[in-house]
Formats: sequence, C-alpha cells, structure tokens
Amino acid sequence: MKRIWAVFRKDLLVELRTKDTLNSMLFFGVVVLVVFNFAMESLRDSVRTAVPGVLWVAFAFSGTLGLNRMFASEKENGCLQGLLMIPVDRGIIYFGKMLAATVFMLIAEVIIFVCSLVFFNLTVWNEIPYLALVFLIGTLGFTAVGTLLSAIAVNTRLREVLLPLLLFPVILPVLVNAVEATGIILNGPDYGALRLPLTVMTVFTVVFGTVSYLLFEHVLED
Amino acid sequence: MIRRPMIEVRKLAKHFGRFPVLRSLDLTIRKGEFVALFGRNGAGKTTFLRILAGLSRASSGTMSIQLPDEKRFRFARGAIGYLSHNTSLYTDLTALENLGFYSRLMDAPSDEASLIRKIELVGLAGREREPVRNYSRGMQQRLAIARAFLHDPEILLLDEPFTGLDQGGSEFLKWFLAQAHSEGKTCIVAIHDASLGYEMADRLVVIERGVVALDVPKTSLTLKEFEERYLAVTQTRMRSSVGPNAGNLL
Repeated sequence: MKRIWAVFRKDLLVELRTKDTLNSMLFFGVVVLVVFNFAMESLRDSVRTAVPGVLWVAFAFSGTLGLNRMFASEKENGCLQGLLMIPVDRGIIYFGKMLAATVFMLIAEVIIFVCSLVFFNLTVWNEIPYLALVFLIGTLGFTAVGTLLSAIAVNTRLREVLLPLLLFPVILPVLVNAVEATGIILNGPDYGALRLPLTVMTVFTVVFGTVSYLLFEHVLED
Repeated sequence: MIRRPMIEVRKLAKHFGRFPVLRSLDLTIRKGEFVALFGRNGAGKTTFLRILAGLSRASSGTMSIQLPDEKRFRFARGAIGYLSHNTSLYTDLTALENLGFYSRLMDAPSDEASLIRKIELVGLAGREREPVRNYSRGMQQRLAIARAFLHDPEILLLDEPFTGLDQGGSEFLKWFLAQAHSEGKTCIVAIHDASLGYEMADRLVVIERGVVALDVPKTSLTLKEFEERYLAVTQTRMRSSVGPNAGNLL
C-alpha cells in the first residue's frame, strides 16, 4: 500500500508542477460540451434525456487523453525502466497509476459536470450523492482497463490512435451502464432501477481490474 | 580460492522479430568479478544487460543468478542495480524528490538527511532542491548513479556509464566502481573505451554479433595485446558483414 501511494504521490506531484494532463483533459471535455450544446439547440425541451450520453462522451474522451499521458511521461528519460527495476510485484505500478488516473479523471469530471449544469440549465442538488457514486464506479471501470491498455499502447508509434481503438470496445459495458444509471438519476429518479447498472459496472471493474493486474507485468517487458 | 558462479548464462538468444541480437551466448560470472563488456554498436551488449536486469525476456536459453539468501528471481531485482543510457529521472521533480520516490519504492532510507548525503556523494551538493530539468547531462548522469544504487545492490550492471560525464564525473564513477569492487560486489560494465575498461576490470569480454567472441582475464594480456585482439575480432566480423564493395561508399 505504501508503494502504491508513492507512485500515486509522484504522479500527483509531477501533475501539480506541469498541469499537462489535467489542463488537456479539462479543455477537451469542455469543448465537447460546447459542441453538443450547439448541436442540441433545437432539442432544448428534451435535453435532459440527452445529457447522460453527452456527459459520458465528454468524460470518456477527456479520460482517454489523460490515459495517453499516463505512461507517455514515464517513457521520457526511461523512467518506466527505473520503475520496472524496483524489486516488488509490478502490479503496484498498475494500482498506483490507476489510482492517479482515477483521481485526475474525477477532478475533470466534476468540472465538466458543473459546466454541463450551466450549459444545459440543469438543477440536481438532491441527486448529487447518487451521481457521485455512478461517476466513481464508472471511472474506476474506465481506468481499470485504460491503465493496462495505456501501458500496451505506450510502446507503439501510434499510441494516441491505438489507445482509443483498443479502449472503447472493451469499456462499452461500463459506458452503456454509466449512461443508463446517470439517465435514471437525472430523469425521474427511480433509485431501485440503479441496482442493475451499478452491479454490472462493479463486476466489470473487479474482473477487469484483476485481469489487468495479472497481465500488467507481461505487457511491460520486451 | 575458487569463487562460486553468481551469474550463469547458457545458450542465451534474443530475437527482435526475425532479427537475432543474441545467438547462443554463454557466460559464467563469479561473485566479486569485475567484467568489462566490449563490442561494436549493435553487438548485443545492451540487450544482454537488459536481460540480466530482468527488463527484457530472452527468446531462448537459460540464465540463473545465485543470491546469498536464495530469493526468488522475480525479486532478485533487489540485488541488481542497473544504470543505462537513460537516467530514469523525472525532470519535473527535484533531485531530492526523485531519490525520495525511488527510496520509498525500494524500502531504502528515505529521510531527507540520508538522501542529501547520497546527493552530496555524487557531487551535487547544494543542487538537491532544483528540478532535474535544470541539470546538465553530466549532472543528470551523476544523479542517475545515485538513483541506480540507492538500495546497495550486490550486482552492478552499467551500460556505457561514462557517456556524458566530464573529467570529474568520470573520476567519481571510477572511484565508485573500484569501491564497489573492493566490497566484493559483482560489476559488469559495457564500455567502448578499451583502455578505460582494461584499467577498471579484471576480466575482459568481447561480444560480437550476439556471441562471446573473446573472454580473457586481464592478467593474461597487456593493454596493447588486448587492443590488437579486440580489433582483430571486430574487424574480421566487420569485413564479413559489410561485403567486398564497401570501399565504393567512400
């Protein structure tokens, strides 16, 4: 746990100095919202039904940008090699990186979500705890797979293209269920109906998190 | 006294796609030996060191590392310090933060006083709170030495470690390696400079086209004799690899 925290703390420190990852995630996420805001101008009355999809598209796109940076920064100066030489289970690198990716994504999601409230004129005070739960589980599912795929893509020349191509088909179950759960919360809350999408997302996160942890060591060796 | 083998490599091969880099390489290194690895660019020195360090997987062959406490190989990385062309330093962090991060991961002392001592030891006193981005290449290399050997490893693997070092840095590294050697640590250094390698090592190994082409104890040859044999080995191979029309290029 101490070592996972060390990896996370280092990523946080580097991000605080450079702000590369968070800035690009935020700007991109907000740009997606602006584009959808104009595109849905004629659907003003039914915008609330479209917001869950728009939000998760913005989250997924900005999250992909963040994941692309996650291991690219480790490649500079061969830092990844330094990490691989550490005499511990390499899975701790996976968990440290996943934790950092999750925190960056959640920060971006909060700001993107606040912007969406302004753009789409929404009021959601009572729903915030439920939305927070959906965002957290959805993001964990996203980063559980994304961290592994980011480590695979970083060794290729077309990593910016390869990562979304690998990631989006795999995380489809998370995205579909996250959109559904967000929709349930925003459009006439029937919180009992949240159980199924939340369960699917949780199972996905646990299964893919475990598989990714087990595979991580092998994808980093050449 | 015959020292027991610490590293045993048998028929080690590594291919990148169809391209063979190492072909059936055999080498036995005893505890406390100082081996200088020579060879032309692309001969396979770096690949060999990366496989020894556990950073790369061999395509075939076997390799065993005997450690005093018989740790499992997966964690034998704890007994290996590896310094390559890359410094493995985070340029946005300071020297203290870099060493602190690696120390925490390696369970080495991470308190500020001991980290500052290590930074001072490599000649960077007073610069420990500066981002590594501001360091020259030579200064980064000095810090990389401190990083690679934070955990006091038994086996030191160094891939062309003198690259980018100034006179002072080179002298420090020579002193550091001599110190490690005198403490009984096993050192394997890939190097191009025949006289420098000869000066430091007690065994001279030339890798050429992925096999050991020459393996002699330093005491059996003078520097001049070694240089002649090194040249003979590499030039024979080079002639056969460039072909008869190579002169036309000039």
